[in-house]
Amino acid sequence: MTPSVYGMNTVLTVDAVDRSFGDRQVLKDVSFTVTTGRLTGFVGANGAGKTTTMRIILGVLAADRGTVTWQGEPLTREIRHRFGYMPEERGLYPKMSVLEQVVYLGRLHGLSAAEARKRTLVLLDRLELGERADDHVQKLSLGNQQRAQIAAALVHDPELLVLDEPFSGLDPLAVENVLGVLRERAAAGAAVLFSSHQLDLVERLCDDLVIIADGTIRAAGDRAGLRDQYTLPRFRIEVGGDAGWLRDEPGVSLVDLDGRTAVFDLGDGAEDQQVLRSALARGPVHAFGPVRPSLAEIFREVIQ
Amino acid sequence: MTTFEAAKLVAAREIRVKLRDKAFLWSTAVFLLIVLASMLLPALLDGGPTKVAVTDSATVSVLREQGLEARLVPDAATAEQLVRDGEVDAAVLPGPEVIGLDEDPDDVVRALSTEPQVRLLDPSDVNPVAAIVVPLAFAMLFFFTSFTFGMQIAQSVVEEKQTRIVEILVASVPVRALLAGKVAALTALAFAQVALLGLVAIVGMTVTETAPGLLSAVAPAVGWFLPFFALGFVMLASLWAGVGALASRQEELASTTMPVQMLVLIPFFAVLSVPHDGLAMKVLSFVPFSSPIAMPVRLFDGDVALWEPVAALVLLVATTVVLLGVGARVYSGSLLRTQVKTSFMAALRKA
Repeated sequence: MTPSVYGMNTVLTVDAVDRSFGDRQVLKDVSFTVTTGRLTGFVGANGAGKTTTMRIILGVLAADRGTVTWQGEPLTREIRHRFGYMPEERGLYPKMSVLEQVVYLGRLHGLSAAEARKRTLVLLDRLELGERADDHVQKLSLGNQQRAQIAAALVHDPELLVLDEPFSGLDPLAVENVLGVLRERAAAGAAVLFSSHQLDLVERLCDDLVIIADGTIRAAGDRAGLRDQYTLPRFRIEVGGDAGWLRDEPGVSLVDLDGRTAVFDLGDGAEDQQVLRSALARGPVHAFGPVRPSLAEIFREVIQ
Repeated sequence: MTTFEAAKLVAAREIRVKLRDKAFLWSTAVFLLIVLASMLLPALLDGGPTKVAVTDSATVSVLREQGLEARLVPDAATAEQLVRDGEVDAAVLPGPEVIGLDEDPDDVVRALSTEPQVRLLDPSDVNPVAAIVVPLAFAMLFFFTSFTFGMQIAQSVVEEKQTRIVEILVASVPVRALLAGKVAALTALAFAQVALLGLVAIVGMTVTETAPGLLSAVAPAVGWFLPFFALGFVMLASLWAGVGALASRQEELASTTMPVQMLVLIPFFAVLSVPHDGLAMKVLSFVPFSSPIAMPVRLFDGDVALWEPVAALVLLVATTVVLLGVGARVYSGSLLRTQVKTSFMAALRKA
């Protein structure tokens, strides 16, 4: 695969996937895409279907209906060999050193012994785990075990990275470190799909978003577009004097008023520029603009 | 990467880890010590030729001809004193009278007596002690190897489930590569351990001459024992992996492996408890689970037609193929159920 110069190629397409466990349907008509060169955040409450979806992408579980394709091709073992996976349930061999097991997993993905070793050493250094390379996994702290796990998912330089909750259990510095590594991979042309329930983190990290609730996709798209889509006609203004006059402005319903700043919604037909002109007529305006909803707010809205 | 290459990587890791495992190394060392001790101890305890004090020179030459260490002493009192002091094991006094300290000096008596000639109408080419010990040794070897390495296969499977690494493995390589690699690795280790013990036993027997003639008597039965042993082990190996995968934690292994434990235990005790030449033994020597033990026993006793071990081997091969399939199915059907114990039938259905 050659990454597009625009870095905007859709590579993975999940199309109309259903999956049940016994009588319980956990995925209903799940569809979304993942693009090269971008971090896609997969967001949902516990039990919403994130892990099941990821397992189906990796071929660990089968879909009851629907397809997953890579650049238009149905997934085969050869294609999946170029994927890297970090499952939700972490685990490495307790009695093998970090270096040994990352090399082993690299070799299972087709690397030669020498190549696997070389890449592992570079990767462990990059993840600030180089000094612990010869330690057994059971001697590492949980955070470091997590980094070893990430190394195991990255060692064969996958074209698609599927990471289930990669940041849970990491301290803020480690989050920055891991995030840096993921961004490098994306910049080099990999597609990255990661799940998280830490919405503030996802909001900061990802380029694209997929929101799932009760086994159905509630929203999907690039982050800015989603924000625009879910932005209410809500504005914030900061003026030189008291903003109390807004109460009497036609079409304006105040949400919050605090001396010189106010947040208000506009009714149908009301013009934001009209409000700005009124404000300017009354004195200086220090700030005026639409209020963008946070991811948490969008999330709350779409999962209802 | 092909399934075969993946299986090779899996097997290589399995062997590397096992060769560093202290429990495995110690148990191998202990087995070796037992084999060595069983051959060296008799040689060490044996104090060489029996020493005899004798009062007349004619008897001295008779005893020397028989390989005893005889010395001439002037009188009976001196001879008796030497026996009391432990200088000699026995003494021959005029009469003739043989004296010893606390044991009957059988070899001296035998050397002095004229034994009647014995003629066997249907001589056995194996000495009677070996006829009991050798089949028992075969049976024990198969039983312990099958049991201990089978348990290790099951443990190694459940370790991957319990540590959850299995999900990464399954996402990376085909399930059958995992199973094949694991079974191949532990089979190779089991055979290597048995070969090592066998080699030490052969070298030991040759050097110490513990049981002269035994090696050549055992050789033909060993030739048959090898294929029976190998197939019998492989037949159960994937079943061990399958029932290992039914457990989600090491603690559940005892119950999930119970059916396979029985498949090893019951044939073992059945073969040991029936008479060698009866119909029951004949039947057991064809039943796939007991034939690896029973057929070599019959072969060692002799009087087995050539078609019999061949037919038993064919049955064993057929059963091995079927059970490899069953084991693989149970293995893949339960491998990703990491939360709870899986039932055998549920795993079979799910695959």
